[in-house]
Amino acid sequence: MIPELGLFSLILALSVALVQATLPLIGAARNNPAWIALARPAAFAQALFLFFSFGCLTWSFLHSDFSVLYVASNSNTLMPTIYKVSAVWGAHEGSLLLWVCILGAWGLAVAIFSRDLPDAFVARVLAVLAMIAIGFLLFMLFTSNPFDRLPNPPPEGRTLNPLLQDPGLAIHPPMLYFGYVGFAVAFAFAIAALIGGQMDTTWARWARPWTNIAWAFLTLGIALGSWWAYYELGWGGWWFWDPVENASFMPWLIGTALIHSLAATEKRDTLKAWTVLLAIFAFSLSLLGTFLVRSGVLTSVHAFASDPSRGVFILIFLLVVIGGSLTLYAVRAPEIRSNARFDLVSREVGILINNVLLLVATLTVLLGTLFPLITDALGIGKYSVGPPYFNAVFLPVTAPLAALVGVGALARWKSDRFGRIFKPLLVPLVICIALGFAFPAVVMGHFTIAAAIGMTLALWVAWTTLYGIWARIGAKTNRWQALWQLPRGFWGMTLAHFGIALFITGITLTSIYSHEKDVGIKAGESYVLGDYEFVFDGIKSTRGPNYSAMTGTVRVLENGRLITTLHPEKRDYGPGAMPMTEAAIDPGLFRDLYVAIGEPIGENAWALRIYNKVYIRWIWLAAIFMALGGVIAATDRRYRLVKVRDLQSDRRTVTA
Amino acid sequence: MKAKFLIPLVLFLALAALLGVGLGLNPKEVPSPLVGKPTPKLSLPALDDPNRIVTTEEFLGQPWLLNVWATWCVSCRAEHHLLVELSKHGNLPIVGLDYKDDAEAAKQWLRELGNPYVVTAFDEKGRIAIDWGVYGTPETYVIDKKGIIRYKQIGPLDVKTLEEKILPLLKQLQEETA
Amino acid sequence: MKPMTALLLTLMLWATAAVAGIETRAFDSPAQEQAYKELVFELRCLVCQNQNLADSNAELAVDLRNEVFRMLKEGKSKQEVLDFMVARYGNFVLYRPPVDKATSLLWFGPVVMLAIGLLIVVIFIRRHRNRPGDSSPDEVIPEDDF
Repeated sequence: MIPELGLFSLILALSVALVQATLPLIGAARNNPAWIALARPAAFAQALFLFFSFGCLTWSFLHSDFSVLYVASNSNTLMPTIYKVSAVWGAHEGSLLLWVCILGAWGLAVAIFSRDLPDAFVARVLAVLAMIAIGFLLFMLFTSNPFDRLPNPPPEGRTLNPLLQDPGLAIHPPMLYFGYVGFAVAFAFAIAALIGGQMDTTWARWARPWTNIAWAFLTLGIALGSWWAYYELGWGGWWFWDPVENASFMPWLIGTALIHSLAATEKRDTLKAWTVLLAIFAFSLSLLGTFLVRSGVLTSVHAFASDPSRGVFILIFLLVVIGGSLTLYAVRAPEIRSNARFDLVSREVGILINNVLLLVATLTVLLGTLFPLITDALGIGKYSVGPPYFNAVFLPVTAPLAALVGVGALARWKSDRFGRIFKPLLVPLVICIALGFAFPAVVMGHFTIAAAIGMTLALWVAWTTLYGIWARIGAKTNRWQALWQLPRGFWGMTLAHFGIALFITGITLTSIYSHEKDVGIKAGESYVLGDYEFVFDGIKSTRGPNYSAMTGTVRVLENGRLITTLHPEKRDYGPGAMPMTEAAIDPGLFRDLYVAIGEPIGENAWALRIYNKVYIRWIWLAAIFMALGGVIAATDRRYRLVKVRDLQSDRRTVTA
Repeated sequence: MKAKFLIPLVLFLALAALLGVGLGLNPKEVPSPLVGKPTPKLSLPALDDPNRIVTTEEFLGQPWLLNVWATWCVSCRAEHHLLVELSKHGNLPIVGLDYKDDAEAAKQWLRELGNPYVVTAFDEKGRIAIDWGVYGTPETYVIDKKGIIRYKQIGPLDVKTLEEKILPLLKQLQEETA
Repeated sequence: MKPMTALLLTLMLWATAAVAGIETRAFDSPAQEQAYKELVFELRCLVCQNQNLADSNAELAVDLRNEVFRMLKEGKSKQEVLDFMVARYGNFVLYRPPVDKATSLLWFGPVVMLAIGLLIVVIFIRRHRNRPGDSSPDEVIPEDDF
């Protein structure tokens, strides 16, 4: 009964979306207030139906209703409750339902928090969001129905892939989807602006908070995925340039460009057509990601069980949405005029360079990801493109970007002088180089040129970012008051930029100075890695809620003192599931100690993998800084003021 | 409308075309670089007689097939009857390469399902298979009179591939000079 | 999709998602160990869903890791091991594609795109150059405006 209600609710959501996608749009074109007014209630209703449907699926999981095929394939009665819930989005059909639910949630948010935007504009935005929802709902109802029933329900379900039975991985998709799908809002704003011919700066100002928040979610989602892979997959890596990872990273890169471009468009009425294009591009990359994960066109560890027939459907959807929006762009963008003027040295140019570099970085990742497909399709041969390529090519493109991060923020709009910006930075530059080159030798104990360059860059970013605070309050008479009055937009930017410095530090140091060793070791023996002694006390059998395990005990001594006891495990989740290795980690801000169990060797001896990963947590700490920065910037008061002025100016453009 | 604003659309359509083509391709299939090259060495004991060493030189002068199989491989079971059929038609030697298997289980398997092979080489460790670029079973190599690999089938044989690719190729190879 | 197919496909995914092979090896020198680590990082597991030899537990991956180790112990160089693998499995086995005519798009594309990007920046700046006596109004922009 409940699954049928869930399915019916999806159909209702589709019906509402059909209305939401058409009538408000026509109403906005014909200036029909009644039809325009349908948009917000429709968004409410659609969200309600979608949430209810999601609730029905969740109920089915919690009650282990194995008559539902999706539940039987992804859950069993022994699983802990939290994983029964996360199994809802653990495979293709359920994750699609999550996707469209989150889309509904964003639509609801737009409907609620847009009281100070013109109704016609909001109507168009919600109509576009509804069109996207229609595509996904049709896809689900026709090819990927999570509520399909089994005629003969089995007494027990299979289980969720043990890899997914983990809190980090449980929260990773929702976080990621809030980000991906959130770019649909910026996309919808851009399309609404194109449709309405409304190409002044107001749409950019409205779009900024939404884009910042979506970007913050995506940042956290990607970081969660990286952190999970690190502690779960057992070999200390945190990024593999896998096609599905790239599929989430590319929208992030363009989203970052979009955030900066929106600033230029809002403030200086420049890069207008370009910002619209970026908004389309960001969401297009999100949709492309959806295609890549589910179509089987590229091989990936992360891909859902792929099905080319689903791929065809998504491809058609891409053609309609992206092809349609790019056609609209080609028609409307030439009408966009900008009289903005600026000097060679100006923040506008800084943002332009930022955008170009991020665009090149994105296209580089796209090229590498699709290259195997290109050569196969053209019959040139079968190639693989992996981390060695991406690492080699990506860093040179993004390093100049990092160097300019703080500097760009220091530049004035429109017109500035090179000397004014750089004079106060000359001495700090020398200091950064000196400290950057000293750090590897002095702190890490071993000099490499790569570490020196990395640390110099990180220090430079940190300095120029923090100097930005001084630049704004230094000349003021009451500095504390000035500090207090700095807008949140500024603090958000500063936090996020500072996060970049943390990120560069983390990846530089962890890639160069981490140690790893596979050792064969008997109970009672120990192994010394750097300053740490790992004493292996042996292995015994244990049990978990839905698995049996061999659990090892390893005591870690630093300079003779016991600092922690680690318990790595090898878990067996029963027939049909591969054994899982749970590494044991002693986390630390400056180093992670990491032990994983391998195979038994001969008598009483086991293979153990021991790691000392230095500064690795700085990578995810950086993501937290960046995400926090994005959210704080979105709450800047300016976005909530000037309602009246906008309303008046845009009432005129409703009829456009 | 100005041409430059069409560039994004054009680029996207090219991408969509690429993805469309991609839907028909198999990204996991690894074509063999050995096609067109002489066979690698094959110096393995025969399954039935460990004292006999099977080599590729034995089969020079005629086209032949090398079929890589194992008892633990489900698709090998599925294609096996086709090989048995082929072997009945006379002058096409089919040599088996038993990959990472248990000798007794392999012999039993052939007894049960029929033995289309003139001889089966037993690659217990899979070391020789690496030289042949084997990465999954079953795989079948079509080799010409001069000992050059002319075609590699990845995955189980099926009637369609046999009729459209392999049998015509074999006919052509028969007519070539040794 | 039929349940059985879904089951089989998902099992295939699981089979490659387990942890890397943890093997103890006795290297002759740190350089040899380094070469080994680089090789298993750069070589692809042919039966996995996009993993290198280092991370995979598949049987073929174990066999190939052993091959790499054996060859290094024999004194072969890193390039010789790579050539060995390519001769048998093609370029597919390399995660760092070779630099040749076929891959020129891949290796030179980023640099070319960067150059084009810089060109666009230059053109854009010139077109929007702020000249004295320009028709656009000279607004006063507050310092802390972002």
